[in-house]
Amino acid sequence: MNLFTLFISGMLINNIILSKFIGMCPFMGVSTKMESAVGMGLAVIFVVFCASVLSWGLYYGVLVPLHLEYMKLICFILLIAAFVQFVELFIKKNSPSLYKQLGIYLPLITTNCAVLYVALDNITQEYNLIETIVNSIGVPAGFMLMLCIFSTIRERLRGNDVPKAFEGNPIAFIIAAIMALAFSSLSGLV
Amino acid sequence: MSEKKEKSGGLLNRLLVENPVFGLYLGICSSLAITTNINNAIGMGVAVTVVLTLSNILVSAVRNATPDDIHIPVYIVIIATLVTIVGMLIQAYTPSLYSALGAFIDLIVVNCIILGRAEAFASMNPIGPSIADGLSMGFSYTLSIMAMSFIRQLLGTGTLSLSNPFTNAEIFSLRLIPEGFELPFFKEQFGAFITFACLAAAVAAYKNHLENASKKKGSK
Repeated sequence: MNLFTLFISGMLINNIILSKFIGMCPFMGVSTKMESAVGMGLAVIFVVFCASVLSWGLYYGVLVPLHLEYMKLICFILLIAAFVQFVELFIKKNSPSLYKQLGIYLPLITTNCAVLYVALDNITQEYNLIETIVNSIGVPAGFMLMLCIFSTIRERLRGNDVPKAFEGNPIAFIIAAIMALAFSSLSGLV
Repeated sequence: MSEKKEKSGGLLNRLLVENPVFGLYLGICSSLAITTNINNAIGMGVAVTVVLTLSNILVSAVRNATPDDIHIPVYIVIIATLVTIVGMLIQAYTPSLYSALGAFIDLIVVNCIILGRAEAFASMNPIGPSIADGLSMGFSYTLSIMAMSFIRQLLGTGTLSLSNPFTNAEIFSLRLIPEGFELPFFKEQFGAFITFACLAAAVAAYKNHLENASKKKGSK
């Protein structure tokens, strides 16, 4: 598969939030402000990229030679949890200012389905190392793009008069529905 | 009489106000993705309930032996083990359900409901109440995604149908909307978001209604 096609389809066409519904919790939780959306997006790109490449190595380097393929779920989630904890400690020690910006998002990422989904998807689609790297940048980049677009819309929404029952999350889901409609027209791109 | 009424009100509250999906916004990913038909919703609901109850039992059993610093990794390993077992059982006995749910079986591991209940309830309570909590949370999750899939399947395909996941034999199939009048976009992503927004708004409206009612009572 063409690498550029893989990147674009991961980022826009099969967008992880709007077409696969993965990573909804942080999408709803931190998309109220542009600043936090950018912080969360960058943290997700970094963690997804590193965790996916590490899990790819773990799967083909350790699990396949030992015929332990069925252990992949347990190994991957442990790897992700350990990696996130490690990154948190590392940043805290070496760059307190970066920790202030990203620190609060890091613990949330362990339970972000996007990280586990990309790691598992690279294995199910039988990508090689280069395709894995491209896919693991493209998919979280799409996540960050959505988070930024969404947070700007929600900032505009704050002063508006929304029906009482729709205040907060329900109106956000209506916006997500309209965005999904817009993005579904991109499916003819590739 | 009044006591009985209060009890039924409590059950309704548990299902609506403390609803994990529409009230607390937990486990949204799976409830949006797999609710295109009722079969998938029931399968997913049962799988989540089983994992949730078993994980509550195990977490509650090891709660005193787990050091505080590493309790999240311990819980995640327990949950991941259970999900692997449940996933293998689903793949072996109901292959059609396995292919329909796809990656979302593995993603039960990161379903916020399960880790949330382990953290908020099972890690502080003995085994008995933890079982009850797991069953009731799993039950209201199942009901929520069944409600979503009911609306989406009815409006999207015009028919309600149910089949036996073990043999794929159809149990019943009922056409309620004549052919040509169904709204196919309810099967797409757009329909999923809209259905979810409306149900969440309905729950929020019910909550507002309860608050207003209690305010009136207080002012009197």
